[in-house]
Amino acid sequence: MFAAIHGAPGDSEGMLRLAQEFSPQVERTAADTVTLEADGLERLYGFPPQIAAALSRRAADRGMQASVALAANPDAAVDAARGFAGVSVVPQGDEAKFLGSLPLALLGPTPEMAETLERWGIRRFRDLAALPELGIAERLGPEGLRLHKRARGAAGRPLVPVSEPLLFAEEADLEYPVELLEPLAFVLAQLLHSLCARLSTHGLAANELRLRLKLETRGAPVDEHSRTLRFPVPMLDPKAFLKLLQLDLGTHPPPAPVVKVWLEAEPVKPRAAQSGLFIPLAPEPEKLELTLARLKSLVGDENVGSPVLLDTHRPRAFEMRRYGGGFLAASPRRRVAASLPLARSLPLSASLPLRTIRPPRPARVQMAAGQPVHVQADGVRGHVISSAGPWRTSGDWWTADPWARDEWDVALSDGALYRIYSEQGRWFVEGSYD
Amino acid sequence: MAAVALGRDFEFRVHQPETCSTGLEEVDAMAGGLPRGCLTEVCGPASSGCTSLMLAAMAQATGREEVCALVDTNDAFDPASAAAAGVWLERLLWLRCGGRAEHALKAADLLVQGGGFGLVAMDLADTPVETARRISMTSWFRLRRAVEHTPTVLLVLERQPHAKTCASLMLEMRREKTAWSGAPGCSQLLRGIRVRVDRRKPAPAMTASFEARWGTNYVCGDPWRSGR
Repeated sequence: MFAAIHGAPGDSEGMLRLAQEFSPQVERTAADTVTLEADGLERLYGFPPQIAAALSRRAADRGMQASVALAANPDAAVDAARGFAGVSVVPQGDEAKFLGSLPLALLGPTPEMAETLERWGIRRFRDLAALPELGIAERLGPEGLRLHKRARGAAGRPLVPVSEPLLFAEEADLEYPVELLEPLAFVLAQLLHSLCARLSTHGLAANELRLRLKLETRGAPVDEHSRTLRFPVPMLDPKAFLKLLQLDLGTHPPPAPVVKVWLEAEPVKPRAAQSGLFIPLAPEPEKLELTLARLKSLVGDENVGSPVLLDTHRPRAFEMRRYGGGFLAASPRRRVAASLPLARSLPLSASLPLRTIRPPRPARVQMAAGQPVHVQADGVRGHVISSAGPWRTSGDWWTADPWARDEWDVALSDGALYRIYSEQGRWFVEGSYD
Repeated sequence: MAAVALGRDFEFRVHQPETCSTGLEEVDAMAGGLPRGCLTEVCGPASSGCTSLMLAAMAQATGREEVCALVDTNDAFDPASAAAAGVWLERLLWLRCGGRAEHALKAADLLVQGGGFGLVAMDLADTPVETARRISMTSWFRLRRAVEHTPTVLLVLERQPHAKTCASLMLEMRREKTAWSGAPGCSQLLRGIRVRVDRRKPAPAMTASFEARWGTNYVCGDPWRSGR
């Protein structure tokens, strides 16, 4: 069943919004007409006359002069809405009879066809419907046939729904300024539930949340506080979103009381993952995000991540990158590598790693015959029992930050092995071998 | 009688935790690997090979495509050494706690509770002994309870053992020998260390030793990255 709303061309947007309140399938048929699919509305409003009455009442509430018609096909509903004022319901199977009195101009024939039909004395729907279909096809072609079907109320076609851009945003005006995060969390929870419900309805998830908080200015220059949370995988769990927002706001709280909240989600297709018996152990992405957020609030953003070695000879050069779990980047090739027999991947022996001291600890080193004989630094003190060096390295001399150093590996009388180095005449303890 | 015997047998089997390799054949043969769902303590003085053992276990875990986490209390982790040991750095979550042991304990707890990690290592080796001693037994019990019934290996590096009954496996490390090559004073090179590992817990006490060599071990970890 279809419903058509016909009104003034100026009310086009109003009619569209009105129709969208009743159905997700809405067609903007013309500037003065919208058509919507009314299947299923009987559960809410009752029989077709009651549905039409509800539409008409809602239009009147909005101050629109609109006529409403219900029919079994969209074109019959449109023609009835355009031809009859008020509310009309076209009985199924009797469309031709119901629409028969309408003038032919409603069908919008081309000027040539309108002239031809006028010369034949065809002025109403019923006149055209009475003509034989084969004759119409021979004399007026496909366009004539289309008009003939519409005049009989038998033209079936699918709706062409309006495709509105999907915007997943919610906002809430607060009755009074909120200073604490806990009451704000209640508001956020409400918005997130609504947002997630809408995303779920469309079969989508979110990979980014944008939060804007309007602040009570009190003369302050900044009146808005914005936070953006990006997720490595699409998520659709309002509880996880709320916890992440709480942790983020805990770390970056708004500088003034909040009076309005906007929340927007970036819609993406949900993650489709197939689990299996032989997939290696890895944290669930949603849980991992929460854990990372908690860890960041504990030790700071810059202290959580995955180390990446830099392509340089500068000693101990690395950078911290956002931890993505690694498993997301695991290629099939790597998976094949992981499935190799374990014996092939066993190390031949352990390596001797360095435990670094950050920043390197300044030291006093006594030299004799070009070899270090005594080292003293904060927490490190001893005679050199054995040493290896110097290893001279340098680099980046073409940049503003060059480096050149002499490194020594020393075994001290305190029982440990250290790496020490001298740079520009100053000595440092870089770390210990362990 | 048969039912009682069957019950004992069943109980015995239930309490045997699954183990995973440390990456060192000698230690695996002695200790049977690192137990999952349990707390393992590795302790020893400076330059005793604790970090070598940890990185070998980490390389092994990341080689199995598991995800590892390192709670680095004193910011002592060297990514270059880890890469040389064969650790797949992409699969390693590194947390630097700025010398605060209480943060390290809380972070380890969060990681274990979060689940999904193959190995969580907490490095307290550079934490002053007095500070480490002040960690309450409640914290250790909490960690033990958190890791129970999970497939995670919880590895703690310390100078002295502190977890007491909470640790299911306790390994004590000691450097036996330092290997140098070349002539002293002109061409001497540090080649590696020989480490003695004593299993203090569970009984009976056992001993093994392994060599930690200076250099790069590209064989484990991600073989594709090394071009093999």
